[in-house]
Amino acid sequence: MSDYLTPQNEKQLSEFVTSAYNDNISLRIVGGGTRLKIGNIVKADKQISLAKLNKITLYEPGALTLVAQAGVKYKEIEKTLKSAGQRLAFEPIDHRDIFSSSGEPTIGSIVAGNFSGPRRVRVGACRDFLIGVRFVNGEGKIIKNGGRVMKNVTGLDLVKLMAGSFGTLGIISEVSFKTLPIPQRELTLLIEGLNSQQAIDLFSEALASPYEISGASHFSENNGKTKTYLRVEGFDSQVNYRLEKIKKTFSSNYEIDIVDGVKHDNLWKKIRNVAMFKGSNKPLWRILTKPTNAPQIERELIDKTGAKIIFDWGGSLIWAQMEEENNAHSDAVRYICAQNKAQSNLIRASDKVKEKLDVFHPQPEMVAKLSNCIRKKFDPKSILNPSLIFRVER
Amino acid sequence: MTAIKMPIPNPAIIERSENIVRVLMEALPKDVIIFDKAETLAYECDALTAYHCSPLAVALPRTTEEVATIMRLCHEMGVPVVPRGSGTSLAGGALPTADSIILGTSRLNKVLEKDIKNRFIRVQAGITNLKVSEAVENDNFFYAPDPSSQLACAIAGNIAMNSGGAHCLKYGVTTNNLLGVKMVLADGEIIEIGAEHIDNSNYDLLGLICGSEGQLGIVTEAILKILPKAEGARPVLIGYDKPEIAGTCVADIIKAGIVPVAIEYMDRLSIEATDKFSGAGYPDVEAMIIVEVEGSEAEIDEQLEKIIEIAKKLQPSVLRLSKSDEESALIWKGRKSAFGAVGRIADYICLDGTVPVSQLANVLKQIGELSKQAGLEVANVFHAGDGNMHPLILYNANDKEELAIAEQLGADILRACVKAGGCLTGEHGVGIEKRDLMGSQYSIDDMQIQMKVKDCFDPDWLLNPAKVFPLELSETRRAKLAGTQNKNIKGGAD
Repeated sequence: MSDYLTPQNEKQLSEFVTSAYNDNISLRIVGGGTRLKIGNIVKADKQISLAKLNKITLYEPGALTLVAQAGVKYKEIEKTLKSAGQRLAFEPIDHRDIFSSSGEPTIGSIVAGNFSGPRRVRVGACRDFLIGVRFVNGEGKIIKNGGRVMKNVTGLDLVKLMAGSFGTLGIISEVSFKTLPIPQRELTLLIEGLNSQQAIDLFSEALASPYEISGASHFSENNGKTKTYLRVEGFDSQVNYRLEKIKKTFSSNYEIDIVDGVKHDNLWKKIRNVAMFKGSNKPLWRILTKPTNAPQIERELIDKTGAKIIFDWGGSLIWAQMEEENNAHSDAVRYICAQNKAQSNLIRASDKVKEKLDVFHPQPEMVAKLSNCIRKKFDPKSILNPSLIFRVER
Repeated sequence: MTAIKMPIPNPAIIERSENIVRVLMEALPKDVIIFDKAETLAYECDALTAYHCSPLAVALPRTTEEVATIMRLCHEMGVPVVPRGSGTSLAGGALPTADSIILGTSRLNKVLEKDIKNRFIRVQAGITNLKVSEAVENDNFFYAPDPSSQLACAIAGNIAMNSGGAHCLKYGVTTNNLLGVKMVLADGEIIEIGAEHIDNSNYDLLGLICGSEGQLGIVTEAILKILPKAEGARPVLIGYDKPEIAGTCVADIIKAGIVPVAIEYMDRLSIEATDKFSGAGYPDVEAMIIVEVEGSEAEIDEQLEKIIEIAKKLQPSVLRLSKSDEESALIWKGRKSAFGAVGRIADYICLDGTVPVSQLANVLKQIGELSKQAGLEVANVFHAGDGNMHPLILYNANDKEELAIAEQLGADILRACVKAGGCLTGEHGVGIEKRDLMGSQYSIDDMQIQMKVKDCFDPDWLLNPAKVFPLELSETRRAKLAGTQNKNIKGGAD
C-alpha cells in the first residue's frame, strides 16, 4: 500500500481498512481537506481519501430524500437540490474562512463533524436531518444504520452517534438526508447598537414568537458598533406578514432596518462561516451555552482574555477569538465555561497550543468512560483518526 | 400458539425470589416494592396484549436515587430489570419475564423546571407526554412529539422508543426535541448526558440513548425542547376513489414545496369503523387524507389554496375545507379515535413499517394482496407525510391459530416495507414484536455493533433482556448473565 489510499468504492474502502487493521496501520481520513485542522493533532501512518466515492446515489424530491456517497462535494449537493427547489436546511458551516484552507468540503466531512449553521436554532442540526449512514468500522466491516426514510426507530440509533464522531468510530461511506424546500423568500431585520443583554432579551422574545425566526445573530462590526440580526423566511406573503408583526413588537423600542437580496445572502454566508474571524491564526473557541448565560460569559471572557465575540443561534453559540496566543487562554475559557454550565471547544489554534490541551470539551468521568468504550468497540486498535477526539496511545 | 418466544426464566432467580424481594424492600421505602400477585397483575403486559407474563416484583421509585438503589442491588444479585413508562408500548417493549423486576416510572411525574427564555423544560421522566405541553401552555409553548397515546404515555417511554406522532412531519420526533437526560446505568451509576442548550460536544450519546428501548439505562429526568405555538392551524380533508391516488397526492404536495404539519391517511375500512364510532361525518370514499397547515389566517389560506390546487388535479371525489375551529375538531375527531374505533370491530395488531413516500401507493397495493391471501382484513390509518404506515391487522384474539396467521401476515407486510426501501418500525420500536425480523433489515455485523454498544452500558445484559435483538444472536451474551446470576445470588444472599 502507498501512503495515500484512494479507494474506488465502498468495498475497496473496506478492504483497505481490513488490511490496515491487520497490519496495525493508522489512517488519517480525508474528504475535501478543508477541515483537517479541526480536533487534536492526528499522527497517522497513512492517509485515506474518500474522493472517489463521489456519486449521488438517490435523490427523490417528492420524498424529501437525498442519498450520497461521502466524497460528494457539498457544492454539488447544493446544486442538485436547488434544481428541485430544495436544500439541506441546517446550512452547514464552510470552514475555509476559519482555516484559510482550500479545496471543496464534502458531505461526509459535514456529517463527521455534525456541522450546522445559523438555521440550526430553528430547524435542528446536521444530525437531525441525517436519516441513514453506511460506514466502515476500524476492523474493516461495512455497517449500515438507519436508512432512507424520515422515521426509523429500528434498533439502536447509530446515525446520531456517527454524526460528530469525526471519523473515530468509522469511515463514513454514504449518508442519507431529509431535504426541505427552499422558501420563496428570506429577509433580515437589523437593529443597531444593542448591548449583549438587550440582544439576548430580543432573541428570547423573537424566538418565542410564532414567526419562525430562522437566524438570530449579534456581533460588533470593526467600528465597534453592534449589529443584531433576525432572519425571517417563508412564502412571499408570509414573510411580509411576519416582518410587519415583528416590527410591531419591537419598533417602539428599536429602530429596525431591513437587509434584503444579495446583501442578505452574503450576510448569512459571513455569519455561517464566521468570516469575521477569517484570515488569521488567532485561537478561536466555539462555546455552547443556554442563551441567558451568554452575556455573563461574554463579560468574563472579555475581562479575562480580551476576546472578540460573536453570538449566533440566539445566544446558544458563542464564537470567541483570542487576540493573543497565550495557550489560547484555555484555563480562563474552561473556568468561565464550567462556572456557567457552558461547553467549550477549541476550533483553531497552533499545533504548539494544541499539543498542550484537549481541544474538545472535557467530559465527566463516567461519560468519558462510556465514550471510550464505544470507540474501542468500533475501532479496537485505534487506527482511525487516532487522538482526534480522545487521546490514544498507539 | 404464539410465534414470539421468550427465554426460559432463570430457575436460580425464581428460587431466590423471596430473598431478592426482601433485599430490595429493606433498602427502600416500604411502598416502593410490590410483589403481591394481585397487584403485579397490571404489569403483566403492555399494549401488545397478546403476550403477558407475571414479573418477579414491581418497583415504583420516587427519586433518581431510589432508581439507583434498585439498579445497584439488582446488579449485585444479577436480576434482570425491565423498564416501564406507562405500558403503552405496542411492541412489547415493557413485557416482563418471570425472573425480572419491572421498574415503573409512574411516580417520577414532576415538572422540575420551566425556562421559557431558554425554551426548555426539565421533567421527571415518568410524566405523561400531554402534561408537558400543559405545563407550558399558558406561556404559548408546547412540546412537539404527540403520539396518539399522549394522554397516557410517559416521556420515559417516548425517549425509550423515540416516539413520533401526527405532527412530526414538521417538528421531528423525540430525538429532535430532547436536550438532555439524567440516567441510571445498569450498575446503579447516575450519569447526565446533554445540556440545557442545543448541541453538544463529543460523541452524541444522547442520540444513542433516545430510541434505545431501555437497553442502555433508566432515564429518570429529561430536559425537553419546547416550541412556540403557531398562531393557528386548519385542516382540509380530501377523498379519492383509489387509495393509490391519495398516495400520489401526498407526494405531489411535498414536491410542491409545502411541508404541512401533518398529512394523515385513512382507507375505507378505517373510515367506516371510525365514522360509526365518532360521528365525524367522513365521506364515502376508498381513501382520504387530512392535511393540516399552520400559521396566521392569511398564511393558512394561502397554503391550503396551494394544496387544494394540487389535490384538484387528481380529481378528488370529496374536498372538505375546514372553516372554523369546530369543523377542524370534527375532522380530527375521527382520525384521533381511529385506533379505538377499529378496536371495536375486532382485535388488531398495529404495525409501524415506514416506506419512502414515493412507495406508498405500491406498498398499499401489496398490503391489499397479502391481506387477501391471509384471509384477514387490514385497515390502514397512518402518518402519510413521512411514510409511516400503521396497517391494523384485524383478527380474533380468542382464536390462537388466527393470531398466528395475523402475526405471519404482519411479518410479511413489514418485509414488504423493508424491500420497498423502508424499515420495520417508524415510531413504535422493535420490542419483542419485531425482534426476530431485525435480520430482514440489518446484517449480522449491523446488529453485532449495536449489541457491542449495549455491552458498554450494560455489560451483564441485565436491562430489558430478550428485546430488540434476535434471540439467537443475543444468546451468548444473555447466557453470560445467567452465569452471573447463579454466582451472585448465592453470594449475596447467604
